[in-house]
Amino acid sequence: MSVTNEQVRHIAKLARIAMSDEEIGRLVPELNNILGWVEQLSEVNTDGVEPLTAVIPNELRLREDKVTDGDKRDDILANAPVAEHGFFAVPKVIE
Amino acid sequence: MSDLTSLTIAQLRDGFRAGDFTAREVAEQYNAAVASAPMLNAYTVETPEDALAAADAADKARGSGDLGSLAGIPLGIKDLFATRGVNTTAGSSILKDFKPRYESTVTDNLRKAGAGMLGKLNMDEFAMGSSNETSTYGPVISPWRRNDGGNSALAPGGSSGGSSAAVAAGLAPAATGTDTGGSIRQPAAFTGICGIKPTYGRCSRWGIVSFASSLDQAGPMAKTVRDCAIMLEAMAGFDPKDSTSLDLPVPKWEAALSGDLKGKRVGIPKEYRIDGVPADIGALWDRGIEWLRDAGAEIVEISLPHTKYALPTYYIIAPAEASSNLARYDGVRYGMRAESEGGLDAMYAATRAEGFGAEVRRRIMIGTYVLSAGFYDAYFTKAQKVRTLIKQDFTDAFGKCDLILTPTAPSAAFGLGDKTADPLSMYLNDVFAVPASLAGLPAMSVPGGLDEQGLPLGLHLIGRELDEQGVLNAGLAIEERAGFTAKPGKWW
Repeated sequence: MSVTNEQVRHIAKLARIAMSDEEIGRLVPELNNILGWVEQLSEVNTDGVEPLTAVIPNELRLREDKVTDGDKRDDILANAPVAEHGFFAVPKVIE
Repeated sequence: MSDLTSLTIAQLRDGFRAGDFTAREVAEQYNAAVASAPMLNAYTVETPEDALAAADAADKARGSGDLGSLAGIPLGIKDLFATRGVNTTAGSSILKDFKPRYESTVTDNLRKAGAGMLGKLNMDEFAMGSSNETSTYGPVISPWRRNDGGNSALAPGGSSGGSSAAVAAGLAPAATGTDTGGSIRQPAAFTGICGIKPTYGRCSRWGIVSFASSLDQAGPMAKTVRDCAIMLEAMAGFDPKDSTSLDLPVPKWEAALSGDLKGKRVGIPKEYRIDGVPADIGALWDRGIEWLRDAGAEIVEISLPHTKYALPTYYIIAPAEASSNLARYDGVRYGMRAESEGGLDAMYAATRAEGFGAEVRRRIMIGTYVLSAGFYDAYFTKAQKVRTLIKQDFTDAFGKCDLILTPTAPSAAFGLGDKTADPLSMYLNDVFAVPASLAGLPAMSVPGGLDEQGLPLGLHLIGRELDEQGVLNAGLAIEERAGFTAKPGKWW
């Protein structure tokens, strides 16, 4: 499989990364080179093989059902690029 | 006052306890060494006051006998670990002003053991790289140089390149590293030091900036095998804040160190004899086999048949997990925000275009593609199935042996710029390191010797799940026989 300019533009949109046509043009052969290389996995017979989900057997623990991380609003907002009135501030979403 | 920066952690610990020198003297000498080496670009932030404060606390506590295992030891901390109030940027512009309000579990554990912090160490951006060249701060320069008199700047390895260079240059007695696909072991090999990646889940990932969560593991990078054991004991341990943390006691690795390998079988995987690897590396591997035999081990040939598929598997899984993890950098909650016209979506896209470097953007793009509708099964699910087979290869091999010995990397340190034009050639440098990462196994690099250009080469030991002790002991057996004492000449 190989990707086209149009697909790479679509992936960039999915990934929320602004890209110029020039950058997309540069990425297409790079990505195709890497994708062509990973293509060798198709040689491997994986019929009946389960995909790996936990590399070391482990059980997911349940925690007590209570709020444990309250009262940290100011800590959480401290690194926000813009915070106002105790909230994250973002550019206008609704016209 | 003698040069304390040439001592190991064990020597510093014992000398401090015996009263041969104070912790403050140790911290002052290291602070001076750090301040004198800006041209190596190993540190992104220097925190001399932190090192001094921990040293003073250690000096005060010395008489009481109530000392942590790392009391009086200052350490370098990779910039991937969140440190309260101190810039934590993962080598990325997108986090350039990020000052966490919390401390990672691993660095908190080190502090509780009495360690101080000398500063934050440079690294490849979000740990994506094998040469430290993707850092927004520019590459770390290895303290090592070829013996050809050419003085060309060499890579310290990556992604923990600041950590490896700092320890090799005497700018820290030891440092934290993290390893997703070789990022502790390959830089350790390139700079003539030791580094161990423990079993996945031994060290908490809480407060470590995420790259690929099913692979990321923290570990120590230090001058000796013993120092790795001491530091790993302090770093490891169960943490309820990391859902993949292993709820197991931390073994006394240092106390159980032994270079006697009688009764151990060491496997030599035939698939690791690949074309294009310099003769020096094959010769070192053969010497490593002889050293382990001399230590009492039985040598057996083993097969890891899916070895050649490990790297392509890794380069699907790691970017997929990265694209998901790095979705959090949205210009809203933390990190930078780019100026943009056109509302929220445009702000996201502009911030991520400006904040991420080229390699990180490339990996996010690959990861987004292999997870996207229509391609998920062909790439991601396929890779997870091959990962099962790679893990099974190791399980089968460990039916015939207790440990595996390979070279750490297929080359010695390469020059800065040598591999930046071709991403694939950079990826291939982790060919020997990645399989153990995909299988979550403990693995270590120990210096074995120098190549014909006078650059360090490492030997790589892989153990069974949870058998860090076996890996450390075999590492010690190599260390005792290799007699590796070479150090880079000071030019900085």
